[in-house]
Amino acid sequence: MAWILLSLLAGAAIAPLLHRGMRSHTGSILALLPLGAIGWSSRYWEAIAAGEPYRETWRWAPALGVNAAFNLDGLALAFLLLICGIGALVLIYASEYLRKDPRLGLFYAYLLLFMTSMVGVVLADNVFMLFVFWELTSISSFLLIGWNRETAESRDAARTALIVTAGGGMMLMAGLVLLALISGTTDFSQMSGDLVRGNSLYVPTLVLILGGAFTKSAQFPFHFWLPGAMAAPTPVSAYLHSATMVKAGVYLLARLHPTLGFTDTWFVVVTLFGGLTMLLGAVIAVTQSDLKRILAYSTVSVLGTLTMLIGVGTEEAISAAMLYLVAHSLYKGALFLIAGIVDHETGTRDITQLGGLAKHMPLTAAAAVLAAASMAGVPPLLGFLAKELFYEAAWHAPGVGMVVLGAAFLASVLLGVVALMVACRPFFSGPPRAPHLPHEAPWRMVLGPATLAAASLYCGLNPAGINSSIEAMARAAFGESVPMHLALWHGFTPILGLSVLTLIAGVVLYFTLRPELRFSAHRGRLEQVNFQALYDRAFWGTLDFAEVLTKIVQNGYLRSYILIVVITLLVLLTGPIIQGQDLFLQEVAEIHPAAVILAGVIVVAATAVTLLDSRLGVAALLGVIGIAVMLLYVIFGALDLAVTQIMVETLTVIVLVLVLYHLPRFGFLSTKWVYLRDAGVSIIFGGMIALLVMEAFSLHSDPELQQFYAANSYVKALGRNVVNVILVDFRATDTMGEVTVLTVAAIGVYALLRFPAGQKREGAAMVSLVLRAALPVLMLLLLVVSLYALLRGHHQSGGGFIGGLLAAAAFSLHALSYDVPSTRRLMQVSPHVLMGAGLTTVVSAGVLGILLGGSFLEGRWMEVYLPGLGDVHLGTPLLFDVGVYAVVMGMVLTIVLSAAEE
Amino acid sequence: MNIILSLVIGGLYGAGLFMMLRRSITKLLFGLILWGHGSNLLIFVACGLVRGAPPLIPEGQTTLEPPYADPVAQALILTAIVISFAVVAFTAVLLYRIYRTIGTDDIDQLRASDS
Repeated sequence: MAWILLSLLAGAAIAPLLHRGMRSHTGSILALLPLGAIGWSSRYWEAIAAGEPYRETWRWAPALGVNAAFNLDGLALAFLLLICGIGALVLIYASEYLRKDPRLGLFYAYLLLFMTSMVGVVLADNVFMLFVFWELTSISSFLLIGWNRETAESRDAARTALIVTAGGGMMLMAGLVLLALISGTTDFSQMSGDLVRGNSLYVPTLVLILGGAFTKSAQFPFHFWLPGAMAAPTPVSAYLHSATMVKAGVYLLARLHPTLGFTDTWFVVVTLFGGLTMLLGAVIAVTQSDLKRILAYSTVSVLGTLTMLIGVGTEEAISAAMLYLVAHSLYKGALFLIAGIVDHETGTRDITQLGGLAKHMPLTAAAAVLAAASMAGVPPLLGFLAKELFYEAAWHAPGVGMVVLGAAFLASVLLGVVALMVACRPFFSGPPRAPHLPHEAPWRMVLGPATLAAASLYCGLNPAGINSSIEAMARAAFGESVPMHLALWHGFTPILGLSVLTLIAGVVLYFTLRPELRFSAHRGRLEQVNFQALYDRAFWGTLDFAEVLTKIVQNGYLRSYILIVVITLLVLLTGPIIQGQDLFLQEVAEIHPAAVILAGVIVVAATAVTLLDSRLGVAALLGVIGIAVMLLYVIFGALDLAVTQIMVETLTVIVLVLVLYHLPRFGFLSTKWVYLRDAGVSIIFGGMIALLVMEAFSLHSDPELQQFYAANSYVKALGRNVVNVILVDFRATDTMGEVTVLTVAAIGVYALLRFPAGQKREGAAMVSLVLRAALPVLMLLLLVVSLYALLRGHHQSGGGFIGGLLAAAAFSLHALSYDVPSTRRLMQVSPHVLMGAGLTTVVSAGVLGILLGGSFLEGRWMEVYLPGLGDVHLGTPLLFDVGVYAVVMGMVLTIVLSAAEE
Repeated sequence: MNIILSLVIGGLYGAGLFMMLRRSITKLLFGLILWGHGSNLLIFVACGLVRGAPPLIPEGQTTLEPPYADPVAQALILTAIVISFAVVAFTAVLLYRIYRTIGTDDIDQLRASDS
């Protein structure tokens, strides 16, 4: 079954491309995908009707006991057939309906994405999979409702639908997690109803899951998003917001009825909300005059009916719900598509402006009559069978039979009125009338409604043929087998009388009241009976709150952000540091006199930095600090760090001097109070950090890591300089990321200085004759040392980073003593090219590792005889280091040369 | 020695923070540099101090014998030093660009995000 999902998803991926080549045939070609899924499923029809579901399990996260489990039982199969069958028709329909839309290819993709998610919802046997697909249907619905992205109405409707259904999705997720916890399994097919119903968390679980189902299936009071969703193109309304997606909530109720149902809470809550929705939807529907809104509210009503029936939960009610669900999908899908045809051909959906269209579009009118007859419950259509069962179930509803039956009768009469409003009014009633008179729609548009209407008729005439399928659906939703005897004629029963009465009442009401004309004034008030106002208040309230909060938290003052972060850190650190106080005042490393002097120098210089008002003075002090830090590295055995530090220190001072030259003198902009406050916070912060470091020292870190590198550096990676081996071999992927960061920073500097192009200075800023005289020797020395550092880096102090810095220093000196253009000429290669080549080399060294039989960046070595040197080990880590060398050199020179040019 | 160096790190962080809290953007940059030194020393000190024993495997041996300075810390800091150079340079140039565009180095004068 995973293959169905994957192939539909693949269809979504290629749809836009396919549309470029196939144009108007795309819809028909794509329709083969869902039809193929139906064909595939036909293998299992008989077994499923006989009560044997087809299961498929893919390993997903077996350690967590979670598998990708699919379950094709009667309920899932019926939904699969509806989703794929109607989906195929809608794809074909859309190819005509949206023919002129330049984004049609994308529309197909969205539709197929939705189809994938919806099929996923009904096939999933696992709660997490169901949830993921459930959310995907919300997202694809959002994309489709907001299809006309230019209009604010579409965008608002899409957002409302997403927030309501995704809000319900959150509840559903919590509910499903609870359900999985209390039932001890994540698979629906393994859940035991008795275990769940007996748990003390049953009620919260039920409420949360109902929250998800009710929002999705537009139950009162969340039903307001569905009429808004009619902003979507009509094929979407027909498919998502009538035939399939809004039934996901009903599906979930049916799926979980065996597990969660059969309790008083379930009966009261689900029946009550379903019944209210049924009545409210039907009443509002007859006051509308827009075809799509009439149909939308009647859909709300039917969703309420289905919910109510599942709430009642008797054998009969479940059977009725299942049959009604199928009947409704067929006739409502057809009616929506017909509304689309009318809109498309006449330019309006307002039934008060339409009349007598049957003459011009006989096929469409015939389909409309059949579908509407099914809706009204006229024999011999499927809707009649469904209504009979509905009445029967309502009548026998335990305890409240008469109330339920009364409500069912009222809603059905109103649906009869709606049927006349959507079929009789535009197609008959008087001479042809429309803003512009239509032609019969093209076949691609008629195919859908005609097929669906014919299916309503065929199933109605052939009740024995669908008996076993509906039985299989009901079995899944009831938990045990439900015998069923569908037939058109049961003899003269009270229920038959009620059906006839319903039809008569509907016709009488329609012709005496002409509701679409008379009730339009009440429309607004009725439509407000929901949570829309509450939703709006919550929505805009959230935005207002966010604005106020942003003004407070993001006040635009950098230092207040820094202060907030630092003070929060201080508060969080206080507790742990005080607790660990007995550990930290222990000297672990012996005192070294030179280091003590250096420490003093650093502290004094750092303090002086905060007090000095000369920019160059501060730059010099920073140089002093850098050199002191470097000497500390020397004392404590970090030669590579010391060399790197001194090179970077020199280059930093060069860049600072080049840039600072252009910046204004320091200003003293704060008041005395602010100075005192900042000094206080800084001293406390510094003290806290000092304590933290002492604390860290007292923890004995696991030496395993060091030991690994110490033991394996030469044995496994053929390098004696452990630091370098870590950089170019063991942790080469990290280094690759780091040199990429360097490149990005250098490009940033280059871009900042280049655009908008400032005036480039031609002459050199600092001309020192001594420097010029010494330069050739100095440069040669630096370059030789840099190459030497690169080559020996794997075994002794050195490496790509140090070598690159040394080489860059050589050319930086040249740029300072002459000018940038002559340096560029001397270099021959632009620093950007150097960086690019370096990165390429780094990646090539990684790929070479794969080609030579290892993994990416795994070191590979070979022994080569070089004259004069004897046997030499050459390997990809050395190549990697050459790349690092080039990147570092290019990075520094890009920065220095750009800065010097300003 | 570790207590003394801890105080040095604290001093670097404190002075850096003070510089960052100033309104003059150039001082912000200097604060950043001080924090860079502080962070590198923090890693260095926290991983343990060993005198005069660089992590180089001598000729004739195949493994590194204690005592030796922690090579992991050094590998981390080595790249950190080079990256902090790139970051400092980027920040310096960014500040320069802001100053050129807005005409002030007082952060409080930067009211608009685009100009």
